[in-house]
Amino acid sequence: MSLIIGLGVVLVLAILYLIFRIGNLVGLVKGREEESTSWNSVNAYLLMLFMILGLIGFFWYSFVHFDSYNLPVASEHGEVTDYLFWVTMAVTVVAFVLIFIAMFWFTFKYRYEVGRKAVFFADDHKLEIVWTVVPAIVLALLIFSGLRAWNDITGPASKDAVVIELIGQQFLWTARYPGTKDKQLGKHNYKMIDASNEFGLDLSDKNTFDDFKSLELHLPKGQEVQLMIRAKDVLHSVFLPHFRLKMDAVPGMHTTFKFVATKSTADMRAETGNPNFNYEMACTEICGRGHFSMRFPVFVHDSVEDYEKWMASQEAWLKQNPEYLQRVPAELREAAIIKAGIPADSKEAILATPVTVTLN
Amino acid sequence: MATIDVHSHTSTQHDDHGHEHEHHHGNFWTNYVFSEDHKVIAKQFLITGMAWALIGGVLSVLFRLQLGFPDADLSWLRPILGGWLTPEGKIDPEFYLALVTMHGTIMVFFVLTAGLSGTFSNFLIPLQVGARDMASGFMNMLSYWFFFASSVVMFTSLFISTGPASGGWVIYPPLSALPQAMQGSGLGMTLWLVAMALFIVSSLLGGINYITTVINLRTKGMSFTKLPLTIWAFFFTAIIGVLSFPVLFAAALLLIFDRSFGTSFYLSDIYIGGEALPNQGGSPILFQHLFWFLGHPEVYIVLLPALGITSEIIATNSRKPIFGYKAMVGSMLFIAILSFVVWAHHMFVTGMNPFLGSIFTLLTLIIAVPSAVKIFNYVTTLWKGNIRFTAAMLFSIGLVSFFLTGGITGIFLGNSAIDIQLHDTYFVVAHFHLVMGSASFFGMVAGVYHWFPKMFGRMMDEKLGYIHFWLTFVGVYLVFFPMHYIGIAGFPRRYYSWTNFETFSGFADLNMLVSAAAILTLTAQFIFLFNFIYSIFRGKVAPANPWNANTLEWTTPRHPGHGNWPGEIPTVYRWPYDYSKPGAKEDFIPQHIPYSETPESNLPHENELVKLEMNDGAIIVEDKKHH
Repeated sequence: MSLIIGLGVVLVLAILYLIFRIGNLVGLVKGREEESTSWNSVNAYLLMLFMILGLIGFFWYSFVHFDSYNLPVASEHGEVTDYLFWVTMAVTVVAFVLIFIAMFWFTFKYRYEVGRKAVFFADDHKLEIVWTVVPAIVLALLIFSGLRAWNDITGPASKDAVVIELIGQQFLWTARYPGTKDKQLGKHNYKMIDASNEFGLDLSDKNTFDDFKSLELHLPKGQEVQLMIRAKDVLHSVFLPHFRLKMDAVPGMHTTFKFVATKSTADMRAETGNPNFNYEMACTEICGRGHFSMRFPVFVHDSVEDYEKWMASQEAWLKQNPEYLQRVPAELREAAIIKAGIPADSKEAILATPVTVTLN
Repeated sequence: MATIDVHSHTSTQHDDHGHEHEHHHGNFWTNYVFSEDHKVIAKQFLITGMAWALIGGVLSVLFRLQLGFPDADLSWLRPILGGWLTPEGKIDPEFYLALVTMHGTIMVFFVLTAGLSGTFSNFLIPLQVGARDMASGFMNMLSYWFFFASSVVMFTSLFISTGPASGGWVIYPPLSALPQAMQGSGLGMTLWLVAMALFIVSSLLGGINYITTVINLRTKGMSFTKLPLTIWAFFFTAIIGVLSFPVLFAAALLLIFDRSFGTSFYLSDIYIGGEALPNQGGSPILFQHLFWFLGHPEVYIVLLPALGITSEIIATNSRKPIFGYKAMVGSMLFIAILSFVVWAHHMFVTGMNPFLGSIFTLLTLIIAVPSAVKIFNYVTTLWKGNIRFTAAMLFSIGLVSFFLTGGITGIFLGNSAIDIQLHDTYFVVAHFHLVMGSASFFGMVAGVYHWFPKMFGRMMDEKLGYIHFWLTFVGVYLVFFPMHYIGIAGFPRRYYSWTNFETFSGFADLNMLVSAAAILTLTAQFIFLFNFIYSIFRGKVAPANPWNANTLEWTTPRHPGHGNWPGEIPTVYRWPYDYSKPGAKEDFIPQHIPYSETPESNLPHENELVKLEMNDGAIIVEDKKHH
């Protein structure tokens, strides 16, 4: 079978070659000069055709399929960057179309004609100054509006921002919440990471006791959130497309991004008319075999109260892993039991509590 | 058929051979293999570069198959890919990353750096400045053979069992530093680093030679202000390369230390494979700074030669002087300088200090100004020309079109606030493939069509050139234009598949279109390959100056021997763009024609120069300060 296909391919190539040779010979007989002028016109018309069809295709697709490539935006700063994006789009599309048309029109209009002489036009300082200065001014305007937005986005988060930690690893995300009691993320140390203590919680810090883990990113609507981002093994990147948010996760350092979600999951379901709509988080820094599969579900609560209710319903990591009470310094264990919400009569709590206390 | 062949040969009464081999004094090895002749070395670079382009293109079609036709059964590729296919006949996800990585590495370095600069800087610098050869033929030969050695190592890495480097062409650590992170970071990465070290040596040997030759070996009268724009472009490119490649070398060296000798330049606080590594205090961001300190100038190393080549081709085939010669040189100089201070725009969201982001946004958008000036100057050069659409000219127009289309999206990406969303999406892929990948590739192909007659003494077939151009031009737009939409929709790059995400579930149609167009575009390159090989042996015999061009290389015989000009090197009297000069008999006046021979077309200030020509033979006033 493959032999027949192979032979077929060879045959087709041989025929093409023969056609090419014969075409060449016919060309020799006919004379080249005239032919090359007519080919010149063919190319000029084709360039024109390309320009027209290209622009039509560009505008047609851009308008008709607008909804398929324009993701709805769901964050405060996202509305700003989207606005900048579309302003830049408007400016550049105008420039692009003008230059595009001019270029292809010139190639068509000034195609070779026997006997015509090109114009010796080597420079024109006025013209050159104009097209240096005009783009410079337009760019300056775009830059400054962009820089202002950038400074706002990257400025420090407000003090009452909700802090959430996102940790990337091959090939999944986890989120750590500070817990409702102290609202502080506890310290961590990568050397303390093991199969259960995946955050590397440093249990000598009492702020870790009520920290909890989530396999879904929960966010309040309308309140500032500060993401603290880190990675365990290689680079990853937090990408929340609907929130226009992206920040690398880097082993050995914390990166942050602050934002305010403006639409809850329910809002978005109503807006898109898709009852199954869900926000998603992706990884956008190549991190190995499973890079494409690092999906992290995102849920935006309708209100801050809703969000706090959810927070309160979560179990502290220490409560889920009470055997780690042993790692808590003895003098802090009681506080840990209370803060993590571990039942005082559970086996681990009794084991962990200093003997002196039980004797009393 | 044989009789017709004979007929075709005799009827065009070509072939003045019989005398053309007498300048070869050495044996086969010294003439064709370890040659020190810049023209032979240029051809070696060209052919190696073309082989690499083919490999790089095939790799891209392989991963496009996965993206465009994710359900296709590729079992028929098993004889070639073997274990890289899953049992279901799909590409293995890790192999997918290897394909992407090697495609990038090969195209950026082996095709568009070595294949482009190596070919045309070598071929054109001595011929266009009027030199017998490069300043150091021996170093030039070494430059090719280091490149060859580098190629061998990189090629070998494609066949090892753990696969070639797979962490992206930017090889960011820790992924590239830790063999436990992915298979490709083992031996494949080691070979990548070795190959790149050799490559950098090659590039430096070449670059130093290009710079020296342009500065020291210009012929009589060839002042800097009379250099063709090609030479200016190669000159700036070589300077950029000499200044930036050593930094990549340093980055690679530190990475080698981290990988093999337990240092922690780039590594810190890593828990992988169930153990915490001892490395602390390093920074992955440091590598990114070092990498992009080369990586961004590299964009211009790739692009400037292509812009130089097309400046020459567009002027010649519009039969007009290039518009704004000084502005063209000035903008290239400005681009060359600015290319060193924009690197961190690749790193806006990597955790770099946001204040740096502001600075680099500012600098990045400044670099758009000279680029815009270049586009305007190209378009104005076409205006009121008398345009001949040779294949080379079509590809040059294609370059300007790509440079415009891809350049404009740079204004989005250079703006840090907008880049937050677009970074590492297909928008970036579309941007750089158009503005640097396709544009430079078109410059390279245009150069081959244009200078083929000087390289091989024969013409390439024009009609095949047209077919090649139209298929490639339309194909490239169909591949990369849809990617803008996919990118605006947020699709991340280097994804094996998007089906895990609802957000990225669309655009199966566009991805299929892109893949089909990629296959079409690759197929069209075989027309070029056929044309190239066929024309070397059976093309129409080229006249000495087939395009009626002004530059010095067209004053050499059909087959320039070692030393380029049989007699004395011509003296240069004028700039290279005296096309369609009012009053002139023909529509071009080559650089070696003195003003005293063209009284009918001289401009007033040129008539002044006639006297100087008479006085001291050749040298013109402004030239004295250069000697």
